[in-house]
Amino acid sequence: MKLKQTPSQTVGPFFHYALTDTPGQNILVTDETQGDRILLKGQVTDGEGEVIPDAMIEIWQADTNGIYNHPEDPNQAEADTNFAGFGRVPTDSNGIYTFKTVKPGIVAYDDEKQQAPHVNVRIFARGMLIHAYTRLYFSDEEEANADDPILNLVPEERRHTLIALREDKGDLVTYCMNISMQGDNETAFFEP
Amino acid sequence: MTTIPKYVTSLDRSQHPPHLHPGYKSTVLRAPQKPLIPMPHTLSELTAPVYGHDDIQDLDDDLTKNAVVNGEPIGERIIVTGQVLDENNAPVPNALVEIWQANATGRYVHKRDQHDAPLDPNFKGAGRVLTNEKGEYRFTTIKPGAYPWRNHENAWRPAHIHFSVFGTAFISRLVTQMYFPGDPLHELDPIMQGIPDENGRKRLIAGYDHDVTTPVWALGYRFNIILNGSKMTPFETKES
Repeated sequence: MKLKQTPSQTVGPFFHYALTDTPGQNILVTDETQGDRILLKGQVTDGEGEVIPDAMIEIWQADTNGIYNHPEDPNQAEADTNFAGFGRVPTDSNGIYTFKTVKPGIVAYDDEKQQAPHVNVRIFARGMLIHAYTRLYFSDEEEANADDPILNLVPEERRHTLIALREDKGDLVTYCMNISMQGDNETAFFEP
Repeated sequence: MTTIPKYVTSLDRSQHPPHLHPGYKSTVLRAPQKPLIPMPHTLSELTAPVYGHDDIQDLDDDLTKNAVVNGEPIGERIIVTGQVLDENNAPVPNALVEIWQANATGRYVHKRDQHDAPLDPNFKGAGRVLTNEKGEYRFTTIKPGAYPWRNHENAWRPAHIHFSVFGTAFISRLVTQMYFPGDPLHELDPIMQGIPDENGRKRLIAGYDHDVTTPVWALGYRFNIILNGSKMTPFETKES
């Protein structure tokens, strides 16, 4: 007989000192990590467009070669051992999250298809009894995005909510994806 | 031949609270309104960060000792232990289990907690452990107090401990809260009552376990955690 899953509850407003106060959790790279450094950032907003200053964003991604450093990845032996692939950060008082990481490579899908470079994103917050799950894709990967089997599940008019826009202003290439919990530009959330 | 593992289960929405539960007011503007988009499990969902003993420090499992300044924390000393399992009753070893909680007076060590109750200089209320090969975790801590919040008139959160758990797949990620048996506030709490199924709510209530209770030291509670994402057994694969 199968056991029933333990129900989710909200992360609440008081998680920081336990989950995110250890510095560096939003910096996924060391000097030895392979690949091009990038910044990921965005603003998290609610149904009235107000910023959400007490959310926690978690990301999980493949390395620069598209490999997850995890035993289920058939290519784990070739994974960059200087890249764990996980980060988490609380949103700041303006609802902004930021990660310093590397741009992931193309990830296997099945025997024939591949997935465009992407970052898996979870959103936790007070007022969310269960987290939301989405992905971040890259605006300069138009061709790969067009063939991505997951992105193609999203209604066309909503796909733009998952495309982080490239900015070349600062020292590092920055990709910006805002997360809207509701409204006209509500982020496309997945049910995996 | 692809070697991507097949998983049977996704989140069982009948067991989890919905995004929108108006009794918990903050859900109203933060719940996604458009339908969630079903997706298959890919390598991205079936992998997850791998944790090791380097991620844990001495005393991370003992909240009565890990923030001591000038004495022992005040309150009822307790042991909270249990197993992290998948839906096939298989233990999940090396799962990172993180907890946080209020102190015995119902006050968090958090700058946004404005509850007029004393902080305890010897208690922070944060801990983390890895499960062992049997999927077991164990914390020593102080029983947290209930505290008021502003959701509605005379709203009080029942005493609880927050849990954050990483399984072997990113789809197994769980953040939840553990409650204590016999608390009359359970029925009045919109966060706990957001769980639609009565048995689901009961599964968040730890059981008092006299076998865990340590004589002349601490009361014991048992709280097992069931993660989604169990692997298919050979008899369940699509090929057979």
